Amino acid sequence: MFRFFDEASYDFLGMKKKAFVIAFAFMVPGLLFFLVRPVNLSIEFTGGTFAEVRSSDPNITTEDVRNALNAVGLGGAEISLFGAETEFAIRARLESSEEGAEETTQQTADAIERALTDSFGQDVVEIVRTEAIGPKVGGELRQKALLAILLGFLAIFIYLSMRMEWRFAIAAVAATIHDILSSWALVSYLNIEVSLAVATALLFIVGYSVNDTIVTFDRVRENLHRFKRNDLYQLLNKSINETLPRTVLTSGTTIVATLALVFLGGEVLRGFALVMTFGVITGTFSSIFIASPLLHTVEQRWPGRDVHGVKAMADGTTVVRTGGAEG
Amino acid sequence: MSTIRNRLLLIVFLVLWTGWSLRPRDVVVATADDGTDSTETQWGIKLGLDLQGGMHLAVEIDQSGGPVSNPEDALNRAETVIRSRIDEFGVAEPLIQKMGTERIIIELPGVRDRDRAKEIVERSAFLEFRITDMQEQFASALPSIDAALARAGISASVQGSEGAEAGGSALQQLLGSTDDSLSEQGADSVSAQAQTEPSGEVETSGSVFSQFLAGGSMQGQFFVREVDQATVEGLIATPEFQRALPRGIQMFWGDAELTPGSALIPLYALEGRPIITGDQLSDAQAQLDQLYNSAVVNFTLTRAGGRIFARETAENVNNFMAIVLDGKVKGQPPVIRSQIRRNGQIELGNASIQDAQDLALILRAGALPAPIVIVEERTVGASLGEDSIRQGMNAGIFAVVSVVAIVLLYYRVSGILAVIGLGFYVLFTLGGLASFGATLTLPGLAGFVLSLGLAVDANVLIFERIREELKQNRSPRLAVERGYQHAMPAIVDGNVTTMITAAFLFQFGTGPVKGFAVTLIIGIVASLLSAVFITKTFFLVWLQRRNAATEFSI
Repeated sequence: MFRFFDEASYDFLGMKKKAFVIAFAFMVPGLLFFLVRPVNLSIEFTGGTFAEVRSSDPNITTEDVRNALNAVGLGGAEISLFGAETEFAIRARLESSEEGAEETTQQTADAIERALTDSFGQDVVEIVRTEAIGPKVGGELRQKALLAILLGFLAIFIYLSMRMEWRFAIAAVAATIHDILSSWALVSYLNIEVSLAVATALLFIVGYSVNDTIVTFDRVRENLHRFKRNDLYQLLNKSINETLPRTVLTSGTTIVATLALVFLGGEVLRGFALVMTFGVITGTFSSIFIASPLLHTVEQRWPGRDVHGVKAMADGTTVVRTGGAEG
Repeated sequence: MSTIRNRLLLIVFLVLWTGWSLRPRDVVVATADDGTDSTETQWGIKLGLDLQGGMHLAVEIDQSGGPVSNPEDALNRAETVIRSRIDEFGVAEPLIQKMGTERIIIELPGVRDRDRAKEIVERSAFLEFRITDMQEQFASALPSIDAALARAGISASVQGSEGAEAGGSALQQLLGSTDDSLSEQGADSVSAQAQTEPSGEVETSGSVFSQFLAGGSMQGQFFVREVDQATVEGLIATPEFQRALPRGIQMFWGDAELTPGSALIPLYALEGRPIITGDQLSDAQAQLDQLYNSAVVNFTLTRAGGRIFARETAENVNNFMAIVLDGKVKGQPPVIRSQIRRNGQIELGNASIQDAQDLALILRAGALPAPIVIVEERTVGASLGEDSIRQGMNAGIFAVVSVVAIVLLYYRVSGILAVIGLGFYVLFTLGGLASFGATLTLPGLAGFVLSLGLAVDANVLIFERIREELKQNRSPRLAVERGYQHAMPAIVDGNVTTMITAAFLFQFGTGPVKGFAVTLIIGIVASLLSAVFITKTFFLVWLQRRNAATEFSI
């Protein structure tokens, strides 16, 4: 029988300080970096025009594309390679002065299409994708993405508070906040374009991370029925170690899948896949190194009573007041 | 034993059901202008625009030039107009959907021509009232039309789809021309002969055109089988037909809704000259006639329109008047009972108030223009969609192979069960997408690949538990039982949180993101089903077969 981390007994809680330092060292600079370089929002959120262009002539460079667009007064557009040397992404964001001009984005799309086919020929360049998002829709999408993330987060918190003692819920939520912030830090470091798909990934990370933490906490909850609460330090370590094989295995298979998307899924999905991959890593990290140590800290500050002792768990175990163990 | 048999029966049923919903079938992917359909064999799963290529539009009522008096009605009018033009897009499965109170979403699979689609959406509606061919000039001319077509060597067979020979934009020629020269001619230039109405059963070799027609319930109304529509359209577009058509008569198609379920499309011969056009109409409202409990539509004309209409209706008492919106006859043409001045009423008999409201909306759509602005436009080329599918499949295959390798390496024989579970997961997720008619989008495809890694989680949780139980020297049977039992809380909690995430993505997401959420939700159910139910069944079967506790490998 092959089993990794069988009978493991690492002192995860003892690594609390180190873990917190690493977490902050990753998060803070990344988030601060946003002050220098703002979030790279896709035109879905800002309103504007996007065009993906394929050319069959390998000699056409971004410079040539820029010249073609300059000629029709679209010099402000952002041009970048899109996955391959012969594929270009053109982004023209709406300026704030153009707010309210719903048709501008389509005119820009028309102009891009015409400029490129005129200068390179219809059979050389192919516009494979266009998006023209008016300012109104852009604003709405921004608002909805934010709402989805915030409300989704809130709903999960409420569910956790219902299922678990509030101490557990707080620790799980704090770990999840860590995951969101460090994902944003990653977005900042790699300057990943935040599109609808990336926003989706950010919400998905919330779900994944909470899921991971729940598995450990479920074990903690179970162990609390068998062992005394005043040994919480040992109990938490034991629970993490017991669930470690599952944590590692599931993270492993999930990362394999997200990496498959990073390398094989194509350029359109790359940002999404990168954020997902990182989310799995940080979700695993936080459920081991952040959630349980935080639970321990909370417990020390506001001690709960154990099953054998005095106070019932939030899941409805009978209260037997016989005095005894507290925090 | 019987529980195992029941479980196995249920599994067989589920597999058959998903297999059936996934069966490949021929799907019409596009309808060309000449009416020929191009079909393609597709999987049972509907693909989103980002995977099959096409155009997505979101439109709103344009209020930039000042507020529109009744924006909600304006949006309804716009929707009616766009819906009635649905054929002009030339796509097999267009989607037109109202979102909330101020937006209409239009999805056009396969469409790449941005200018044309925009023109169709933004063009303002054109409404006209035309008298049907009361003198039956068209019916009388049918023999000469047949003869003219036969002389030109044109033939068509009843079930065939030879519309290709018609060439060009038959639809436009047929439906679009309103400024025809024919209309200036008197209506009685061709002598009307008494003639029996041609019916669909006519099979003589000379009846090139009339063989497709069946008589309708009034003068000038005919029916054509839906399968023959393209052929008939092609024939009408030929110069021979147009030359042989009596002067002052034009052909119009009607709505299929008139004859639901019968697969017949109404075809009308109408007077070339409209008696009045939409710009003379000022309002139309549906009402329920309290006295007779029947639905009616009351309409009001402008002062000038009232004068014209009074003159025209006086001449046409007892004639049928077709309501034509954008070149298409709407509903059953009502009969003109008496002279109508500025205020008219259309009785709909025992039709529902809903039908009356629909007709009133059609009239208002033609009367009051609904200025439309496109607020969002996305196009994806078919080639990009194909690439995305291929890349997604590659990633999926790679993920499956790796996950299978990891699980087999780690769990050995029990790993086979997890792999079987994963196989069922894939089958159920795809089958679920197909049978609920969900749309697979690119983020959905990515979510599916991602879930391949996640799907084994439930099995991993269970297997780890079983291992722990075994370590405490429990018998395999008890270890399996307790393993499942103890793993359940974590599995349920984990899936509920994922479900919550998916629900919020579904609620707030648009198009592609919704697709991701749907894939996620179906995936969760499929994962629970395959990990909890199916692998447990196989465990039970396995434990039954080998009674040796020692050989249990996990």
